Amino acid sequence: MNKKVLTLGALVVVLAVIIFLLTGRGGSDTLKIGTIMSTSGPVSHFGSQCRDAIQLAVDEFNAKGGVLGKQVELIVEDDEKNPEKTMNALIKLATKDKVKVVLGALTSDCTLAITKEAQQRGILLFTPTSTSDAVTDAGDLIFRSCFKDSFQGEVMAQYAVETLGASKAAVLYDMNNDYSTGLTKSFEETFAAFGGTVVASEAYAGGDKDFNAQITKIKAVDPEVLFLPDYYNTIALITKQVRNQGLDVTMLGPDGWDELVGQAGKEAVGGFYCNHYSPDADDPEVEAFVRKFKERYNITPNALAALGYDAAYIALEAIERAGTDDPQTLKEALMETGKKYVTGYITFDEEHNPVKSTTILKVIQGADGKLATEYVGMVNP
Amino acid sequence: MDYLQQFCQQTLNGMSLGSIYALLALGYTMVYGIVKLINFAHGDILMVGAFVSYFFLRRWGITPVTLMLSFLPAMLFCLTLGVLIEKICYKPLRDQPRINTLITAIGVSFFLENGARVIPGIGPNPRVFPTLSAVNYTLLGVNISQVQILVFIVAIILMVLLNYIVSFTKIGKAMRAVSFDKGAAYLMGINVDRVISFTFVLGSSLAAAAGILFASSYPQIEPYMGTMPGMKAFIAAVLGGIGSIPGAVLGGFILGVAETLAKGFLSSQLSDAIAFGLLIIILVVKPSGLLGKPMGEKV
Repeated sequence: MNKKVLTLGALVVVLAVIIFLLTGRGGSDTLKIGTIMSTSGPVSHFGSQCRDAIQLAVDEFNAKGGVLGKQVELIVEDDEKNPEKTMNALIKLATKDKVKVVLGALTSDCTLAITKEAQQRGILLFTPTSTSDAVTDAGDLIFRSCFKDSFQGEVMAQYAVETLGASKAAVLYDMNNDYSTGLTKSFEETFAAFGGTVVASEAYAGGDKDFNAQITKIKAVDPEVLFLPDYYNTIALITKQVRNQGLDVTMLGPDGWDELVGQAGKEAVGGFYCNHYSPDADDPEVEAFVRKFKERYNITPNALAALGYDAAYIALEAIERAGTDDPQTLKEALMETGKKYVTGYITFDEEHNPVKSTTILKVIQGADGKLATEYVGMVNP
Repeated sequence: MDYLQQFCQQTLNGMSLGSIYALLALGYTMVYGIVKLINFAHGDILMVGAFVSYFFLRRWGITPVTLMLSFLPAMLFCLTLGVLIEKICYKPLRDQPRINTLITAIGVSFFLENGARVIPGIGPNPRVFPTLSAVNYTLLGVNISQVQILVFIVAIILMVLLNYIVSFTKIGKAMRAVSFDKGAAYLMGINVDRVISFTFVLGSSLAAAAGILFASSYPQIEPYMGTMPGMKAFIAAVLGGIGSIPGAVLGGFILGVAETLAKGFLSSQLSDAIAFGLLIIILVVKPSGLLGKPMGEKV
């Protein structure tokens, strides 16, 4: 009996030692950067390309000898666009990998779930893509490299009134998503301020697939434009049902529409959305990025990829300027950013939001019958 | 569009959604009627059916003919799957307390969902289900789309067929006998195992058909797509009186129409709350469901 207990005890000790040896760290000779991306789940096309672009940027730095003389190691976590999983990923990156800089998360609801925690733990959180206005409110360690929702909503409302000449607009939004509700608010306010009327504002719950009831209601008030602030997978379903009901409006959307051309059918043709960049833009930074991304991954990068690439560059260059990845020093260095990147000339305002222009794209049917986007114009803040 | 037109349009939208719920609710109600089991994996059969049809259509292209043909492999695959699930998971537990089978059913549901997530051909990301191009017809100001017509026709054909099988064939008579009194039916020489398997065959093929109709109406498929319709169909079955076949159909239509009308005329934000509130009221007034037989026992 006693012998058995002893053997068991010895085994446990051996196991503990092995685990300790495996997880124990030697001197850190790499600079660790964490990233939380939704590489699977409903917005996987966004998450995987953004991750690939960050990896591309990191590898470019490593090829040039790394940052501060160290190779950069990118630790990727997937949150499946589930805010609880984003939180778990952040805690894992903070405690196990002990990273000081996290690039992420992808969507606004996921990022909002972790901003307070990151601020409290003293981690510099730099989201490439979360556009909700509230993201940078949590503290001085939260940055982003994309424009805000209120700006997107304003741009699209202004475009609807001034360029499309619309006076009656309808909105169909997801009431459970910060991104969608924030955009709706700024669109409605601006549209009214420009003299238009918002004739219908209908909501649905995230995950809904049947929008026929709301669309019938919208059809009854006969709007000229329909603003759809959501991500491409839901938009593909909505546009289909809008056309099935025979509702003839011009549809407008935010940057979440990027990738729509690969998901929707002919129904989406004629819609307009604003975006962070256009891969066809005549610009040396854009051309270089699109070429490098295509060489490595064989696809044309979407806007989220461009933002991820920019975020990685801004963060790593700031680390070089600061001479450390300590968040308190790094945040000062980030505020000094002022350079032309892929998605435009970027400086940060006092709330850590970038000041930059937006691109407006139109969904068209290409010569090969597939959907494509056409560059329509540029709007400055 | 005036008020009456809008009302007719919303009712039509609701009926289209409701007929999918009804097809799915039939599976719940038949299995419950025969083996007194709430088969929580039923909604996931819908997902499997949609994926089989998706692969078929990807191979052969999308035309009205291939879409109709795709019902065949989907229903065949799902009825095999349904029988396998019954033989492997539920049959060994038939003499155990009912709660054991119930938990097994939840386990099977998780197995199917997460199994689909890890299979490389399916994976966790949503896919676009191929659809016919949008054509709609207007009748007296009410708009009906090609997809809605397809949903109605297929649902009605299947319901009539099911009614024929249950009411006028020998196996249907056996099903009714087993549902009435399993022990006595066994003593009368009815092969109870075969009847139970046949019930799963019917239920799973209806779920597969519902899956294709659901995917055609809302063309996006992913491993968890069956959860919400499964839940709603279960509620529809309870509402109509679980165990009752006409009850399931009625419950499905009522739920679909109530949900759509609540969205259309009251508040799109509270639609689910209103629709389910209505169900609670109906069940308080009539606990056994609209067409269910009153029972002394708690389910």
